Amino acid sequence: MKKLIILAVIACAFPLVMHAMGQQFYISFGTRVLIYAMAAASLNLVLGYGGMVSFGHAAFFGAGAYVVGILSVEGVRSLWLAWPAAIVVAALAAALIGAISLRTRGVYFIMITLAFAQMMYYVFVSLKAYGGDDGLSLPGRSTGLGVSLSNEFVWYYTVLILLTAILFLLHRLLGSRFGRVIEAIRENETRAQAIGYPVYRYQLACFVISGAIAGLAGALLANQTSYVGPAALHWVQSGTLMIMVILGGVGRFWGGPVGAVVLLSLEELFSGSSLLGPYALHWQLPVGVILLAVVLFAPRGIAGAFSQKPQ
Amino acid sequence: MLSLKNLSKRFGGVAAVDGVDLEVAAGEVHALIGPNGAGKTTLIHLISGSLASDSGKILFLEKNTTHLPPHARVTAGLARSYQITSIFKRFSVLDNLALAVQARSGSSFSFWKPVARETALFEEARSILKEIGLVEKSEFLASTLAHGEQRALEVGLALATRPRLVLLDEPMAGMGPEEAKRTIELIGRIREKATVLLVEHDMGAVFRLADRISVMVDGRLIATGAPEAIRLNSEVRKAYLGDELAAESAP
Repeated sequence: MKKLIILAVIACAFPLVMHAMGQQFYISFGTRVLIYAMAAASLNLVLGYGGMVSFGHAAFFGAGAYVVGILSVEGVRSLWLAWPAAIVVAALAAALIGAISLRTRGVYFIMITLAFAQMMYYVFVSLKAYGGDDGLSLPGRSTGLGVSLSNEFVWYYTVLILLTAILFLLHRLLGSRFGRVIEAIRENETRAQAIGYPVYRYQLACFVISGAIAGLAGALLANQTSYVGPAALHWVQSGTLMIMVILGGVGRFWGGPVGAVVLLSLEELFSGSSLLGPYALHWQLPVGVILLAVVLFAPRGIAGAFSQKPQ
Repeated sequence: MLSLKNLSKRFGGVAAVDGVDLEVAAGEVHALIGPNGAGKTTLIHLISGSLASDSGKILFLEKNTTHLPPHARVTAGLARSYQITSIFKRFSVLDNLALAVQARSGSSFSFWKPVARETALFEEARSILKEIGLVEKSEFLASTLAHGEQRALEVGLALATRPRLVLLDEPMAGMGPEEAKRTIELIGRIREKATVLLVEHDMGAVFRLADRISVMVDGRLIATGAPEAIRLNSEVRKAYLGDELAAESAP
């Protein structure tokens, strides 16, 4: 509880401190971290708790982003319409992709989720009406709150409130009957079935919930940059989310958020020229080395290394 | 209670289960014995639905369950234990059982209410814990239990679904004499609540517990009958029991 309060204080004070330090840019960086924290948390639900190694999570993240982008270009900018639409479309995509993918296991599941996400990527690359390769520029952030979301403070706190709500929802879900069942399925699918659980239905429900949350994160991402491009759907995006979860801690409640904070901070640190000078171009190298170190020395992830709970 | 009609399962060229007809009557302990590789575990897989049969019919409580998925058979009252221990290793012993109780008490598509506050689930799980003799291990992770204790939990998981018929696949496999004795007592108590189909190699246990015995050799049932009749059946002796029975009948 104490840790939670400290975390809340840091998250709330961050933009104020950055403002005071004259580092306005980092407020927007902070928002980006929060959005990725949400997306990574959604992936951790299926990957860490459900044991389903989805390598196509960008499909739902990107779907959410494109729904907001396309609606916005078509003149629908109200968040009360666009964001729920993003959630619903991402959930439908997850239902469809999950319904087929979940009939496979292991490496086939990884490959088929990847294949679906790449299919969506190529669909949007060739969708000339909505920017194709170049993506879509949005006229601005969503409207409907009464205050302008283009104010970086308002935007940061809006995203923070949504992330908090999603994390609370996930917390309740994981402690519920449903949460116990999906963890049991991860532990021993055969046994779960042999004590009477229709495994497929639970996995699909879990996959859809996760996709819906990723869709919301995608909607926020589109607003963040006022731009949506097919890169949001690319497999590299799925990989990034997966790295965040592994870095933070697979099946750890804070795994997703911690991974997002750490990975994006490292990226920011090493890709800026202040630390590495001209070598900043190769920022992936030091980040990769750190990733390796975490996987080797803290296989339970950063959140796992700081937790006494065995798992 | 359970009746199998001409049930078969082939793996490639091998008929693992070959035209089996079997009747398990309500309330009995029915033992299924036979040499290794006779197809006993395959038959259990067919009855529980882990494997689909190639031909034949399975009637459970007069309903055709031949094509039901495994979880639906459990809901209908048919539970099983595994020959190779299959438990939730990273769950506590109590949580293992609570999870099995949860499976048949209300919907688990409940996303909000904390399961930890459902005292009824855990109360029932504790009563099963008592039954299988693991009360002191309640909060231990299942992976930390000794082999015999894991075997007991294995049976406990099947019991927690409150079955009408329970399929026990070598519940005493790898147990010491003391643990085996406790398991025999446990099965003695189970039979008061459920019908038991028991696959077991420990002939002492089989002849002590079984009301009827079926003998399986090379995928076929060669005999079914009361223990005494099976003991004296010449075909059974020839195919399987020979030495073990001789030792068993010696004073």
